[in-house]
Amino acid sequence: MTKTFKGRVVVPGTIEAEALVTTAGFNTLASFQKALMFGDKQAKCSDQNNPELYNQPMQGKALCLPQTIGSTTGGMILYCAAKMNRGPSCLLFSKPIDSLAAAGAVLAGVWTENPMPTIDSLGEEFLEAVKSGMTVSVGEDGTVTIR
Amino acid sequence: MAMELTKEQQALLDGEQGPVVAKVVKTLVMYGECFGAQKMAPVTSEKGHLVTSFGLSMMSPVFELMDELISADLLGQPFSVDPRPLDPNVPQNFLQKTLFGIMYKKQADYEAQLDKLGLMGGDAFTCTCYLDEVGNKPQEGDILSWAESSAVVYANSVLGARCNRNSGIIELFGSLVGFVPYFGLLTDDGRKATWVIEVDTEERPEAQVLGSAIGMKVMEDVPYIKGLDKWFGGSLSGDARDYLKDMGAATASNGAVGLFHVANLTPEAKAQGEALLTEGAQVYKIDDAELRRVQESYPIIWKDASAKPKLCFVGCPHLTENQLQEWTEKLTAKLKRNRLAKVVVPTVFTAAPAVVENFKKTSAYKKLADTGVVVSSICPLMYMNNPLCNSKPTITSSNKLRTYTKARYYKDAEILELISGGGVS
Repeated sequence: MTKTFKGRVVVPGTIEAEALVTTAGFNTLASFQKALMFGDKQAKCSDQNNPELYNQPMQGKALCLPQTIGSTTGGMILYCAAKMNRGPSCLLFSKPIDSLAAAGAVLAGVWTENPMPTIDSLGEEFLEAVKSGMTVSVGEDGTVTIR
Repeated sequence: MAMELTKEQQALLDGEQGPVVAKVVKTLVMYGECFGAQKMAPVTSEKGHLVTSFGLSMMSPVFELMDELISADLLGQPFSVDPRPLDPNVPQNFLQKTLFGIMYKKQADYEAQLDKLGLMGGDAFTCTCYLDEVGNKPQEGDILSWAESSAVVYANSVLGARCNRNSGIIELFGSLVGFVPYFGLLTDDGRKATWVIEVDTEERPEAQVLGSAIGMKVMEDVPYIKGLDKWFGGSLSGDARDYLKDMGAATASNGAVGLFHVANLTPEAKAQGEALLTEGAQVYKIDDAELRRVQESYPIIWKDASAKPKLCFVGCPHLTENQLQEWTEKLTAKLKRNRLAKVVVPTVFTAAPAVVENFKKTSAYKKLADTGVVVSSICPLMYMNNPLCNSKPTITSSNKLRTYTKARYYKDAEILELISGGGVS
């Protein structure tokens, strides 16, 4: 079954990718720490406090999340992940984007060749409907389709 | 609505000072537009503060970006930066030391880059840059381009400065060009409280647990805390500032708080009182039972939950000299009572380099050194980033360190018992 949601475009772009979903806040530093430190190309999530994501590969996934949490290095970490081609293919927020994630999305968009299309304010129903493993399509206008 | 830039800002965006500066300004504009900022605000503090202090090998994109900024001849305000990740005096075995060498092999190169961009000096490595000894204390009302969540929440709440919870790199960009997008905690509206926290406890609540409870409840919102001022006689004394430093760090790491007000204590709450509350602000009541519930909710992620602690960190965020003195007094008294000369768990107290230097001139320093406690300016978090260190059973009274590592949290009094040979239930 296909469902469509409309959010606000933070960084524009079109993409289709497999969903990776966390309903809890995404701790950027804790999640990417090991992957970036030890060169894991799949970028397996190293945040032990997040059972939905722990050990799941994040590279190339459509990361669906409420907001990011944690250290103010968060934006820089997202930028590094994007630049090293270890980042998610896009960021899809149910809530309005937080300042650390916004920094990461914008830095990746302006300073790398691997921008991460980023949509926020997709609503709680988006995070309730989307499940890890689903296919997600992101449109230039902030339309997100899951199936 | 698109952001309105001044003529000078627009010229920078259009490339008047080259493509790198244009990209810096473009980044700040896009970042601000995410939050509806309609203009830039000039940075008015004398100094900035950066969160990224570590030359982790993985950060090659950051090193490349720093080189681009250096090549653009950008020199903004001087800045301090978070604590260094390395100190050979902090306990580490051969393997841990080897891994540190691999992980942070870019440290010297990165510090050279920081130096070229405006680092205040070789001793400017601390998360408590706002302490008098360090020399980066903003004035009330100053607009800052800082990162480091514990420093931002302190500057906003205790000093009355204005700063958003910026990410690493963004804070450097603002410091370099001298302006930041005007939104959120820079605005009067963004500083209004949407939560009332009613504290009603039998004793003064543990700062780190109270902050944790507040952070987990309000997340990124602004809380107005009632019932706390009575423990400080209504005065923002050194003791109160130390307490709020630790409480604030916990609100910022266990949640995402960038500003709190304490009724009758913090500058804006004193000046404006309950006029700071938004209509319909939610209420969260905190009593002793609630604090117990919060502390008991912390997961213990040691491999062996009953393992004997092998290391203890106190000072995340870094301790003040007053706190170092108090810890020394309590620890030496406790050890004497237990007929011990030295701590039974290898222990590290951390503080800013300038604070440590001052502390070393006091008689307390020798007393503390005699107990075996190491006084360092390391970042405990960066130390624990070493997986070989993170797997070691480590205890701490820092809720921030607990959140980001496997370290196990205990209250200050419990830590004192544990390191001086007493027991904790």
